[in-house]
Amino acid sequence: MNDATEANGTAEAAEAAGSGGPADRGEGARHVRVVLVDDHRMFRAGVQAEIGQTGTTGVEVVGEAGDVDQAVTVITATRPEVVLLDVHLPGGGGVEVLRRCAALTADPERPVRFLALSVSDAAEDVIGVIRGGARGYVTKTITGTDLVDSIFRVQEGDAVFSPRLAGFVLDAFASTDAPPVDEDLDRLTQREREVLRLIARGYAYKEIAKQLFISVKTVESHVSAVLRKLQLSNRHELTRWATARRLV
Amino acid sequence: MPEAASLPVDAPRPPRKLYRSSDGRWLGGVARGLAGHLGLPVVWVRLVFAGLFMADGLGALLYAAFWFFVPLGVGGVGDQKPPSLVGAETAPDGRRRLVARKPDRGQIVALLLMVVVAMVFVGSVNLGSAAKAYLLPAVLVAAGVALVWRQADNARRARWAEVGRRRHTLTLLRAAGGVLLVTAGVSAIFVLQGSAAHLGAVLQAALAVLVGITLLAGPYLVRMTQDLSEERLMRIRAQERAEVAAHVHDSVLHTLTLIQRNAESPNEVRRLARAQERDLRTWLYRPEGTGKDEDEEPDTVAEAVRSSAAEVEDKHGVPIEVVIVGDCPLDEKTGAQMQAAREAMVNAAKYGGEGGAVQVYAEVEGRTVFVSVRDRGPGFDLDSIPADRMGVRESIIGRMERNGGTARLRAVPGGGTEVELEMERAEKTS
Repeated sequence: MNDATEANGTAEAAEAAGSGGPADRGEGARHVRVVLVDDHRMFRAGVQAEIGQTGTTGVEVVGEAGDVDQAVTVITATRPEVVLLDVHLPGGGGVEVLRRCAALTADPERPVRFLALSVSDAAEDVIGVIRGGARGYVTKTITGTDLVDSIFRVQEGDAVFSPRLAGFVLDAFASTDAPPVDEDLDRLTQREREVLRLIARGYAYKEIAKQLFISVKTVESHVSAVLRKLQLSNRHELTRWATARRLV
Repeated sequence: MPEAASLPVDAPRPPRKLYRSSDGRWLGGVARGLAGHLGLPVVWVRLVFAGLFMADGLGALLYAAFWFFVPLGVGGVGDQKPPSLVGAETAPDGRRRLVARKPDRGQIVALLLMVVVAMVFVGSVNLGSAAKAYLLPAVLVAAGVALVWRQADNARRARWAEVGRRRHTLTLLRAAGGVLLVTAGVSAIFVLQGSAAHLGAVLQAALAVLVGITLLAGPYLVRMTQDLSEERLMRIRAQERAEVAAHVHDSVLHTLTLIQRNAESPNEVRRLARAQERDLRTWLYRPEGTGKDEDEEPDTVAEAVRSSAAEVEDKHGVPIEVVIVGDCPLDEKTGAQMQAAREAMVNAAKYGGEGGAVQVYAEVEGRTVFVSVRDRGPGFDLDSIPADRMGVRESIIGRMERNGGTARLRAVPGGGTEVELEMERAEKTS
């Protein structure tokens, strides 16, 4: 499914202009160093062709890798700002790359940030890489423009939620009878829930801001808060993702 | 076995493998199997065995050896009537058909026959009286063993032939009967040996040994059976999966062919690719056990939303993104809501499709089911709905309100139209 729908993307691209987004620094000024990790060479070539025109997109592809070991080597050697990470990889999957690069991700000076990329619809895959430390998740059908946008969003430390991911997260934090272990991490606030719902309904950040009468920055901080909860919560629904759909 | 040569067993082996026949057999299927293998009428083989049986019981030995060593299989002689009746003639060399579904009566008859023949044989045999006394117990033992083996054959056959499983008690009864016969025979031999005085003690000891062996080997046996059945289950699953995979691959190939043929019309190509992608995703990412074909009647909200979206997508060629949170069984009210949602999707695809994908979001939260359908088309003014969109009022708003739900249509700030449908689920009847 084309998660980050074209429509969604164009709207986000449009909103970026007036939202303190990357565009504020001027088109020419923005620049990001990226490593592509994917076991399909064709896909890597496609992405490279689509976003690698550094002159126009500001994205510079500094390395590529086709499996976990290669990925760790390349990422350690090139220290990119953003890694486009395929969820399914030979040698342990994207989660394994995240695990072995944890030190780089946590580096306060020059953190390496990960954006997960997948064709998968499996909730446990998606939630798995997010919990592993990725700052967002988009599907491979995403358009070049949207992908570039998402990359810059991740570079700034924001989270990138596709409608599908938002749906998974809502499912994961669904109200259960189980008492929360940690009140701060195991529950979403009403506001966060509203934001996620609107993302799941295909709204762009700017539209969400309008709808809830808050600023885009606030929307972003809500999403980042959700991401943090998703990564740190110890609720068993998150740690052991239930594959069966929740039947209320 | 001097007479063994008289049996044309050592004939140059034809490519056919020797199996014991599992259907239409009388006892172990040896005669039928041999007859099939050698291309002789089964009567001849049986006659030869019977004749040899008269020759100091050699036939029985041979038969037993064959039974023991030759695997059970299909085949044997080809002149088989459909297994519909039991024609049990009382001559041992007569053609007797044992029905696969009712072999029990036949087997008892066969056993009786065996006993009769054995009696005749015992009467006619010339042995020292001492040895002769042992004959009856030996025959008893043989009969018991035969009974149990026959049972084992059945068990094996039931595994690969679609034979209706017989009742469990019968199986047990038969096995118990065999054991009883063997025990009786063995005891008789003991008695004959004059150790009748010790019989009680011997039996006790034997029982103790048996119990000990059961205790020791029991866990292993149980585990082995469990492993076996588990393995079989896994194999069946793997087979099913392989079949589905084959089907999927087939339809992928089919789609690719169609795409090449329709390369001129991008819309058709998009539609084909989209439908195939959906199929594949359904197969890959559906939790196991909930996999349903798209043409099956949905019975939960999630399934209903998905199948409607798929239909509309196919029909109108506009991609529809579906996100679903939670799920619940359909009832009358939510069923009506699903109808309305489908109508909303059709509208969105028809009038807002050029703005890109239609986004559908469904959520089940407690008793509330919420569905939103949004497009990014030009949008429309609700007050000036053109005539051809009267459907909106009736089939979406009207339908929802008649069933106690609400429908809201509105223009989205960012462009496009959004339909929100909200419905309380019917109270649980259970």
